[in-house]
Amino acid sequence: MSADYTPDEMMTIAASRRLKNGAVCFVGIGLPSAACNLARLTHAPDLVLIYESGTVGTRPNVLPLSIGDGELAETARSVIPLPEIFTHYLQRGRVDVGFLGAAQVDRFGNLNSTVIGEYAHPAVRLPGSGGAPEIASQAREVFVVMKQSARTFVPKLDFTTSAGRPSAIITDLGVLEPEVTTREMVLVALYEGVAVEQVRAACGWPLRVAAALATIAPPTADELLVLRDLHARTTRAHAARVRITLPNQGVT
Amino acid sequence: MSTQVMPLRDVIARHVQDGMTVALEGFTHLIPFAAGHEIIRQRRRDLTLVRMTPDLIYDQMIGMGCAKALTFSWGGNPGVGSLHRLRDAIEHAWPHALAIDEHSHAGMAVRYSAGASGLPFGVLRGYTGTDLPAANPARISQVTCPFTGEVLTALPAITPDVTVLHAQAADREGNVLLRGIVGASREAAMAARTLVVTVERIVDSIDAPMNAFVIPGWQVAAIAEVPGGAYPSYALGHYARDNAFYLAWDEIARSRDTFLAWMERHVLGTADHAGFLRSVGATE
Repeated sequence: MSADYTPDEMMTIAASRRLKNGAVCFVGIGLPSAACNLARLTHAPDLVLIYESGTVGTRPNVLPLSIGDGELAETARSVIPLPEIFTHYLQRGRVDVGFLGAAQVDRFGNLNSTVIGEYAHPAVRLPGSGGAPEIASQAREVFVVMKQSARTFVPKLDFTTSAGRPSAIITDLGVLEPEVTTREMVLVALYEGVAVEQVRAACGWPLRVAAALATIAPPTADELLVLRDLHARTTRAHAARVRITLPNQGVT
Repeated sequence: MSTQVMPLRDVIARHVQDGMTVALEGFTHLIPFAAGHEIIRQRRRDLTLVRMTPDLIYDQMIGMGCAKALTFSWGGNPGVGSLHRLRDAIEHAWPHALAIDEHSHAGMAVRYSAGASGLPFGVLRGYTGTDLPAANPARISQVTCPFTGEVLTALPAITPDVTVLHAQAADREGNVLLRGIVGASREAAMAARTLVVTVERIVDSIDAPMNAFVIPGWQVAAIAEVPGGAYPSYALGHYARDNAFYLAWDEIARSRDTFLAWMERHVLGTADHAGFLRSVGATE
């Protein structure tokens, strides 16, 4: 891998390129949020971003740390009650693209973000479902973005949080897509400088490789500049402590 | 019923009792931290806590032993990682066992909406193909649509004994105005048997625009004026979310000792929310 950019940056940029201008996108926090906003700031200025907290058509200047930062509300076309996000928008079929991550994924794109180990006595209790089960089943198209390792790309999930039908899993090594007949996720594209064996070693099931394996173009200078600016603005914003003026202190 | 304006200490003493089902709502925004801290100070026990996203406030309440059960849909520190106290309770029963009633966000929204509508259950097209129904069979079932024959997921209504909200403003008659991200606050408020609210300011008039999110005063049992009452969450128009604090919480809550020392110093060791804010250095 070239030293000019990190695998994480390549993954975010590869994910952002998947988003078509004008698409209505249900955005999760973290990497999906970075990918969606990068797309909006580069090739897809009319991307409609919906965050589950209730913000529709939001255009944040910095990435939110939580799914409901004030930045999302203040830059949104509208702020609506959360139940309507899941009923009027998602369940009613108004979302084109959903982005998901997870702690584990299996060869059919099913996802686990609930527990490692037994549900009743977990070795690791993970955050749980959030919006994922319904995003996975109700968005027109689903992308999964996850760093690849044999620990996270597993033969069998400990718990199925979301039943998968992703049209792509975008990793830090390349891209997997479902085979038409079997729905099994197979390696269809690599980043520059990544070898097939490397991807196989970072997968817990015997990963199959498509006959026509593509190479994904490295980040453009513009993509890297916009992404790094976005992250730098975000880091500065999140480091700022908040101070509250109490009325009896007489400060206005 | 008319709203009574009183100190937060009295709101909690009067309305939140051991063993109750209590929902402190507010989705990332307007999380009633001050009320949660007061519940901890008053050493409430055996609560069934309900929140879509437990967030830091339930991490603190669970770690301090207030809860016997938790109904939720996403239990992490948003953008940061784990809620370590919640994890310790589920993984190691510390400080004691915690029963969980787990759903998705869409499911929780439907459950609150059913409660707010006076219905016994709500329906959605959800949970399909997941392990959630098998993990929670008492509260996740199916119903067949009598018109189309479609099989849908059915979930029981949530009707908290008490819902607690934080809002920007209320007038002296208890009419409450919320602005910004509201999550499922409206549904949680209308599902409750008793609703109590903390606000940034009590004002002469809330000057609500038509169609604004206003809870009428006759629905509100008690109001307390608590400036900064959502900190380290936020109140749009008053102060921002203290993301640096959410990042710092990861280390504070990671071990039982640092957690207990922090709670002792900043929550149990302070008389009220103004004292808490000064103690953590959140005041100007």
